Parts: sequence; C-alpha cells; structure tokens
Amino acid sequence: MTGHDTEHHAVPVRTNMLVWAALMMLTAITVGVTSFDFGFLNVVVALSVATIKAGLVILWFMHLRYEGRVIRLMVFTAFVILAIAIGFTFFDVAYR
Amino acid sequence: MHEHRDYEGAKIGMWLFLFTEVLLFGGLFLLYAVYLHRYPAEFHAAGKDLSRIFGTANTIVLITSSLCMALAISALQRGKVVLSQRLVLLTVTMAGVFLVNKFFEWSAKIGHGIYPDSPALLKLPPGEMVFFNLYYLMTGLHGIHVIIGAAVLMYGWHLMRVGRVTPEHFVFLENGGLYWHLVDLVWIYLFPLFYLVV
Repeated sequence: MTGHDTEHHAVPVRTNMLVWAALMMLTAITVGVTSFDFGFLNVVVALSVATIKAGLVILWFMHLRYEGRVIRLMVFTAFVILAIAIGFTFFDVAYR
Repeated sequence: MHEHRDYEGAKIGMWLFLFTEVLLFGGLFLLYAVYLHRYPAEFHAAGKDLSRIFGTANTIVLITSSLCMALAISALQRGKVVLSQRLVLLTVTMAGVFLVNKFFEWSAKIGHGIYPDSPALLKLPPGEMVFFNLYYLMTGLHGIHVIIGAAVLMYGWHLMRVGRVTPEHFVFLENGGLYWHLVDLVWIYLFPLFYLVV
C-alpha cells in the first residue's frame, strides 16, 4: 500500500442513512404516482425517478463521488454509450 | 518484503466488468423498450397481473441491503471488523429474503399457468406473451445475479474472518459491494418497468 490509500473516504453513517431515506421516499413516490394516469408521461415519470435513484446509488453507495477522474470519466462514458445505443434504436423504431 | 497491490487498478477492473453487465442488461432493457413501444396496451394489461406488493417489498429489501453493504464498507474502513462482518451477513440475509419473495411470486404465476411456452401463455395476445417472457428472462437473470452476489459477499465475509480482508486491504469487499449495488441498480429499473407500467 502506498500513501495514496490514505485518501480513502469512509462515507459517514449519517450520509448513508440519508441516501437510504431518499431512496425510500423516491420508491414511495414512484409507487404512488401510478395511481394517476398521465398516459405516456407515466413511463417518463417512472424512468426519471428510477434514474434519480440510480444516481444516488452510484454516487454515494458506489462511492463514485469520492473516486478519481479516471473512474468517473469511465462511468460517464459507459452510460453515454448506452444512451446513444438506446437513442439510435428509437430513431429507427419510433418513426417506422 | 513488499507485496504488490494496485488498489486503483483493482477497482478500475471491477468497473470495467460492471460495464459488461450494464451492456448485458442494457440490451434486454432495449428489447423491453421496443416492445413496450409496439404493445403499450398489452404491457399495461399484463403488468397489472404482477403483484405490486411483492414488487414493492422486494424493492425495499434490496435498497436496504445496499445500505447495509455500504455501511459494512464504511465500518471496515474505520477498523470495525466485527461490525462489518455482521453487516455483510445482514446484507446476505436480505438477499435470501429477496429470493424467497421471488420464489413465491414466480410460484404463484406458474400456478396460474403463466410460464414460458405454457398453453395459457400461448393463448394470450402477442404483446402480453412478450411481456411475460421478458419478465421471466429479466427477473430470472437478475435473480442469478442476486445468488452470485450473495455468494461473493459470503466469501468476503470468510476473507474477513481469516484476516485476508482487513481495514488496510479491503478492495475485495469493496468490489463485492460494487457488484451488489449493481444488482440493486438493475432492480431499480426492473421494478417500475414490470410492476408499475401504466
């Protein structure tokens, strides 16, 4: 181990609990919202809430917030590529 | 005596592996999206057949297990090995609860004759058939990941017990945790897409 490892951040218990509470609230919201019928918007709302939840998990539980530039850039690139794959497929599917 | 360790490299390797998992599930989510686009009404009808109670309960279980895992890593980094071990066991227990729930859920559906290639399923409209096939494929694949994740975490627990994962060298448990959070991430999308489609 090198001196570099002294940079590890142990995420405070309080922070983890707050993230958990936020995830629970968002779950309640996403379940609650389904009793309203917004038509197509329901899918948009559900996926937006899921993406916020995913962001919380990645940034705090998976410590991405505390990582160096290399890992952050890697994760960002991977999700941009996924978004491009999905986006381009729908250029085809949606206008058929 | 100097043992070579590359903490950063180990984590980058784990993330690269996780990207292949994102690719695997991403392809299936793409398939789901295309069929949802083609059969919105059928997906809506079929989604109503899934138990929202089971789905919500399992979401709560999995998110809470992720919290326990995050707490386990923090505890280990602070030198609290015993606490960390207990939190890992708690995480694995919740993985078990998730699987038991899933077992009951699948059993109920199979009991109603809804399973891939069943006569009842083949009589359904094509859109609903696709929905249930994707449901079994994606939650099944996710279930396999839950089993693997729990096994990896148990191994991490064992490594802590024999002193090979310690407050100084915890990258195995950290990477195991990353895998576990990915399992949670996949479920975060599976849940609204299958149980809450409207």
